[in-house]
Amino acid sequence: MLFETRSSPHFSGPQSVTKVMGMVLLALIPGTAALFWYFGWGVLINIAIAITTAVVAEAAVVGLRRRDIGYALGDLSAVVTAWLLALALPPLLPWWQTVMGTAFAIVIVKQLFGGLGYNPFNPAMAGYVLLLVSFPVTMTRWLPPDVISSQGLSLADSLHIIWSNSPPAGQTWDALTSATPLDQMRTQLSQNQMISEIRESPLWGDFGGRGWEWVGNWFLLGGLFLLWRGVINWRIPVSMLASLALVAGVFWAIDSQTHPFPAFHLFSGGAMLGAFFIATDPVTASTTPRGQLIYGALIGLFVFIIRTWGGYPDAVAFSVLLMNMAAPTIDYYTQPRIFGQRDDDDA
Amino acid sequence: MSESRTIWSFNGGLHLDDHKSESNGRPIVDLPIPAILTVPLQQHIGQSAEPIVQVGDGVKKGQMIARAIDFVSAAVHAPTSGTVTAIEHRPIPHPSGLSDTCIVITADGEDRWDELPEPMTDYTSYSTADLRERIRWAGIVGMGGAAFPTAVKVNTSGQRPIDTLIINAAECEPYITCDDRLMRDQSADIVDGIAILQHITGARECLIGIEDNKPEAAQALRAAIAERGAANIDVVVVPTLYPSGGEKQLIQLLTGQEVPSQGLPSSIGVLCQNVATSAAVADAVLRGRPLISRIVTVTGRGAQNPGNYRVAIGTPAAFVVEQSGGYSSDVDRLILGGPMMGFALHSDEVPVTKAANCLLAAAKAEVPGPRDAARPCIRCGECARVCPAQLLPQQLYWYARSRDLDKVQDYHLFDCIECGCCAYVCPSHIPLVHYYRFAKTEIWTQERDRERSDIARRRHEARQARLERLEQERKARLRQKKEALEKKSTDAKDDPKKAAIAAAMKRVADKKAAQSATAEQTPEE
Repeated sequence: MLFETRSSPHFSGPQSVTKVMGMVLLALIPGTAALFWYFGWGVLINIAIAITTAVVAEAAVVGLRRRDIGYALGDLSAVVTAWLLALALPPLLPWWQTVMGTAFAIVIVKQLFGGLGYNPFNPAMAGYVLLLVSFPVTMTRWLPPDVISSQGLSLADSLHIIWSNSPPAGQTWDALTSATPLDQMRTQLSQNQMISEIRESPLWGDFGGRGWEWVGNWFLLGGLFLLWRGVINWRIPVSMLASLALVAGVFWAIDSQTHPFPAFHLFSGGAMLGAFFIATDPVTASTTPRGQLIYGALIGLFVFIIRTWGGYPDAVAFSVLLMNMAAPTIDYYTQPRIFGQRDDDDA
Repeated sequence: MSESRTIWSFNGGLHLDDHKSESNGRPIVDLPIPAILTVPLQQHIGQSAEPIVQVGDGVKKGQMIARAIDFVSAAVHAPTSGTVTAIEHRPIPHPSGLSDTCIVITADGEDRWDELPEPMTDYTSYSTADLRERIRWAGIVGMGGAAFPTAVKVNTSGQRPIDTLIINAAECEPYITCDDRLMRDQSADIVDGIAILQHITGARECLIGIEDNKPEAAQALRAAIAERGAANIDVVVVPTLYPSGGEKQLIQLLTGQEVPSQGLPSSIGVLCQNVATSAAVADAVLRGRPLISRIVTVTGRGAQNPGNYRVAIGTPAAFVVEQSGGYSSDVDRLILGGPMMGFALHSDEVPVTKAANCLLAAAKAEVPGPRDAARPCIRCGECARVCPAQLLPQQLYWYARSRDLDKVQDYHLFDCIECGCCAYVCPSHIPLVHYYRFAKTEIWTQERDRERSDIARRRHEARQARLERLEQERKARLRQKKEALEKKSTDAKDDPKKAAIAAAMKRVADKKAAQSATAEQTPEE
């Protein structure tokens, strides 16, 4: 009797890339729901636009490369990229900017480098930074959280604004939008206001921006789910958040009137989303155990530096991209000791 | 016997469905001898054995039919009585599906023993060299699957003394239960073998490492040890975690020590032997019987009647499965060994060898293999997390794929034990081990090529040197001749008579030279 032959192992585990990506999407739901709760329909509209763009763009490039389109899309990585990018975008961003950022992320940052697994930079963050430096006005035009805004925007209103890039009739952008807590903190600190004064604003909650701090919590929850399911490991998120909290804590201890409480850093911006969903992108992050600790810690440090002294408050994206560049070098110098190798064998 | 002993741990590893219950329930069954046995000369690591019988010869059971011709080699014996009907290339169980020289024996059905060597019942009265010689005679090889000649392995003279003998009874691959069954059914033989191995190696203690999914086997061993009163043999139960039966992993589990990278266990005073090897040693020493059969697990959903069978070496795999009850209809792959490290046979018309521990007739549902084509590596690092050698499989894959043979070695390719944990967990379903084997083979090929060209270069250089030397010698001879001549002529000048003759001859020669248009030239340059 003749049989088919194949290389061992003949068993294979239950895990697959599609399942991993699906798990990430699942874990994004609580944070996404919280964003929707506080900032309205724009959040979901952005996600829809981004996913559509990503799928079309990926299909187009994969088709041009004469690869199997259904197979490539089946890994769900394009959806993850689009979703993550959309979460970072202001809820009323003009539709074509979302399209442009997503298309750039998928086509240039991901597919032109060879597709999933070959991109040196996090596509979502690269797309975000492209939009940020190209369209600083629209990219910093956030909504105040729903709980303190005078009127909520309906789905139709949101669609209209996103489509036409103009506020509803009889309203101005100024009345409609506000800066993010991070942006406001930075601007007002630069105007020599004390933190105690800044926090008088109704925008502020217990330690971060109202609404924002809750969004951070829900992303944290999703992140813990990923940890529990073993999709990500603890090293990058923990080292990133710990280093951010530590550095922020040191400066806060030195001068609490010009440096916000560490929890503000952790819960007011993209730190939670960044720590659990973005910095942990395996393709672009460090892969060695020690390397991941260094990688995460340096992202945390850069987040603090950029937020405190940088030109933009959107520090997570920049920090992640910076460390993406360093990841191969970090990996090279942090190779684990192999079995049976003495510590002094070769470093 | 110490009751509590520290169990150490190794990095990574996998909890797999062990599938032991399919085949471990019933005692070992002796299979009948097939009409024709095909005994490969190469069933072990090292040099092939050299046939010492000829086609047409009658052989008896246990008669040596091929002898070990090198240090690392193992003799081969007739598994039954009969006639040698061919010595030729036949398919052998090898991943390549290639053929190799085999001695084909047509059984006479009488299964008559040859005259066997004297049992060494009181083995302590023999020298270790004599005992090693007996093991070498018996053609015993490591029966866990690697098939390294045991006589070579137990030859520990000139090395660090062996403190600890470790008996590998972990049997960590799913499905395989031949060792489990052997331990339950022949525990006394195993303990006898251990005592002999301890005597040979001088190991003062022996640890039997066994996974906790074989409580009956551990119990049977303990009972046999108690019966023998062997206080220095300890059954150590380790957690079921693949690959705890890897030699280096088991040593770490039991002793906490790491065998140095690229090193041997003996460098840390440890010798590791498989449990079935130990039983074979007892058979050879105490009964004078060579290694002519082994226990083979037949299992998997593709086999009608899973179980453990004592099979004569050289029995076709097809015969083994047939005798055990045959294939079931959904058989998809026939794997020699376990699902993690075994290789898929392309045909069941290959003989059982000394290393063949399991015939896994797997149904499609059991060994789905990659469900779809491999996706790109996303560097998730799962492979590194489970790697017992603490390598970075994703980097090895990357460099193996780009044929960067220097880089793969920088990343310690040769410390890879090919356990398959990385490929098992890979979410992209990349056949990682396949790439490592490829890279290893490439490097070996390159080294062989380099060696060949080195030899060619040295030959060329030697030839050049020889030609040079011959040329020099020729020149030297000519010079000597010339000098001798010159000396003669100067001698002649001294003698007036001779000088007169010489002068006369010179005049004649000059005259001749003047007459001839072309001057004669010496061939010398």
